Parts: sequence; C-alpha cells; structure tokens
Amino acid sequence: MEMKQTRGKQENPNRSGVSTANVQIMPAMDMSGSAYGTEENRPLAAYEKPGYELCGYVDRFLETEAGPVPSVRRVLDKADRLSTIAVRCGIRRHNYLVSPGLYGIGKPDTGSEVLVTANYKLTFDHLRSALGNVSAWILVLDTRGVNVWCAAGKKTFSTRELVNRIRAVSLETVVTHRRVIVPQLGATGVSARQVREQSGFRVVYGPVRACDIPAFLNNGRKADKQMRQVTFPLFDRFVLTPVEIHSALKPMGITVLVLLILSGIGPSFFSFQEAWDRGGTALLALAAGFLSGAVLTPVLLPFLPSRKFAFKGVVTGSLCAAALLPVLVPAVGSFTGAAALYIFSVMVSSHLAMNFTGATPFTSPSGVEKEMKQYIPLQMAGVLVSAGLWIYSAF
Amino acid sequence: MKDFRYLEDVATLVLDEEKCIGCGLCTEVCPHAVFEMNQNRAKIVDFNACMECGACVSNCPADAISVSPGVG
Repeated sequence: MEMKQTRGKQENPNRSGVSTANVQIMPAMDMSGSAYGTEENRPLAAYEKPGYELCGYVDRFLETEAGPVPSVRRVLDKADRLSTIAVRCGIRRHNYLVSPGLYGIGKPDTGSEVLVTANYKLTFDHLRSALGNVSAWILVLDTRGVNVWCAAGKKTFSTRELVNRIRAVSLETVVTHRRVIVPQLGATGVSARQVREQSGFRVVYGPVRACDIPAFLNNGRKADKQMRQVTFPLFDRFVLTPVEIHSALKPMGITVLVLLILSGIGPSFFSFQEAWDRGGTALLALAAGFLSGAVLTPVLLPFLPSRKFAFKGVVTGSLCAAALLPVLVPAVGSFTGAAALYIFSVMVSSHLAMNFTGATPFTSPSGVEKEMKQYIPLQMAGVLVSAGLWIYSAF
Repeated sequence: MKDFRYLEDVATLVLDEEKCIGCGLCTEVCPHAVFEMNQNRAKIVDFNACMECGACVSNCPADAISVSPGVG
C-alpha cells in the first residue's frame, strides 16, 4: 500500500502553477497510449520494487492482514512448460526453485484451506495446475528446491521449517481457522503433534497426489484408501528416465575413454587404429547396456522377472546384447571378444538397473543394501573377466 | 502397492502393539497400507510392503513404531 501512494504522488507532480500536462504539440506526443506505463498495461506496477522482478506465475496481489500476498496462476505458461521439460532432462534441476512463503490461488479468504508444499518449482507448478477451481492459500516451505517426499526424508521439509514458516508469514492473521493441509508424503519429516504444540495449527494429511486435492476437500478433508497409496505407473517410470540418463553421462564418459584405451592394447603393444576399430565395437556394447539399464529396465519394471533390480537388469541386458550379437561377432571376429562384450553389456545394464532403485517409490533402504552387497561384487567380477577376455581376444 | 513388490523380510519396521493408543495416524500416513486398525489397535498387515520411509515413526504420538535402516 505504501508503494502505491508513493507512486501516485510521482505521477501528479504539477499541482499548481504552469502545467504541461495537457499540452499537445504533435499527435505523437499523446502519452496516454501504450508507450507509457499505465495501470492498464502494468497492473502490478504498484508492487514493483527496484532490483526485483515479478514472477511470471503471479497474476495479482491479495491484500491481507499480513500484507500483500502474491496470487498465482492455475495455468502453466510456455516458459513453465519448457523449463519443466528441461528439468526433467536434468538441466538446471538443482537450481529450480520458488521463494518460500505464502501464496494464494483463486479467491482465498480467511476461511480458506492452507496447502503446504515444497519450493521445488516442479512441485509448485504441479500443485497450482492440479487444483481445479479450488481457492486456497499455498504455504511454500524452504526445502532448498527439493520435492516434498525427498525433502521430508532429508528433514528439510520438517516440523521445524513448517512451524517457523507459519510464524514468518503470520498465518494466524491470514486465516481464522487453525489447520494446515500437509501432503501425505511430507509426513516423513513432520510430526503432526509437535506442529500443533509449537504453532497451534493442526496438521491434516492430504492425499499423496495433488490432483486428488479437490476431491479430498469436497469429501470433508477425508482421503480414501486410493488417495493414500503411492503408485508407479508407466508414465511415471518413463518420465524419470531422462534424469537417469543425464546422471549416468559422466561415468559413461569415463567408461568410453577406458574402453578406447583397453581396445588399443594388442600384439603391437598399443595401436590407435585398433583403439578406434575395436573400441567402436565396444562402445556399441556399452550403448546397449546403457539403454537397457537406464531406460528399458525402468519402463518394463513390473514385467521383468525377480524382485532384485540388478537381476532385472541382467535379464534386459542379456536380451539387448543377444540382439546385438549378429553385429558384434563379425565386427570383433572372435567368439572370445564377442563374449567379452556380451558380459560387459550385461554388467552395465545390471548396475544401472540397480541404480534405479533410488528413483522408485517402493524400495526399502535395507533391501537396496542387501541387493548391493550381493550384486556389486558380482558386477565388478563380471567387468574384470570381460576386460581380461577383451584384451586376450586381441592377441 | 500390490503390483510393485520389493525384497521380502528385510524391512526394519517394528510396532509395539502394547504402546499403541489407537489414534490411527499410521494408517493415514503410510504410503503402502502397511497398517490397519484392529479393535482400536494398529496392526501390521503388509510387512513386506514397508519401504522404511519413517512417516509412521515421526507421527506416532506414543512412540510405538520404529524403523532403522542403515545407510540408505
């Protein structure tokens, strides 16, 4: 409000005396048009601050007892959607955040629900676009740009952060009720009882998925069994694979170098020609194992035998490498060499498949530990055997 | 989740049914329906679905549940 008054004064500098306000020398000097910032084409001008930039997802400001609160759009614009794709591919993923604090959506009033969320922009965008016609307050916690579930696991989405954020935004002056709706997956980091003791606000656990929030609210803030359970459908598995690929790129690059060097070893001690020729074939085997472990296994997850991801990776890796054999055998020229590449490909696939346990919503850390203790030695042995066979096949 | 199962008999989930006060919060926060209420007491009905996320532990008002995975 204060800024608005200041601005008003600046726009009317001539209160008495000679005024040039209505003098028109040429029609082009008509300043009331689009060239000049007016309330019409810059409706949020009153909220501008030097050095700050208004976020694209803010459409206006809501005046509350606790001061102006940004109201956010329900529809993602082109920039939001493009950056969603980029982040899903691993680009800027670790620096994709919104400012923590209070936001509004629709026409919230003192009786509206308060939806708590994380300050990962992917999470924030997902929430605001999933609310249908719901008017609510959105309380964004500082989770360092990490989603709700992972942040809860790392305790940045926590009792302490929630209590502090409730205080920082003076939530008790914005709403008259005393409850906040925390996403169910945030429960790992939050103690409902302690939040109530420390802030006076009661925690109601909302559904797992944001798209169920309208139904949850219509249902008197009650979630049915389906809303409470995590699922892992094909699309969810698929959409995670670009990040898997992205994070495997660096170790893959190192592997490529090692492969080229190993492939150059032969009767003439080291041959660049061989490094290039045999190395090229070896890279083909690496690519097969890579795609099999980082893409095929996640997508086909429920259809592959065994519960152990490492073994699932062995299955897909074997199939992919087998499909590649008609190319590998003639290119290498020996069965020993082809066998080396086959084993290598399967081991790469197994390892990357095991890595995917970290991205799924149903694997227990104890289970992953058990699997790793069994399979990492096996994978290492496999790679060593394959390297030995590969070098041997060159002589 | 019935269509995605991970390794059996590895979870470190322990429920002390004696301590349970029957609030039912564990059945609410668990993402894999591991608990059910039975005569005002929580009961583990699907132990092998537990992924050790710890949501039940941090919300149990009676400290009746524990989960202690190693490194993770």
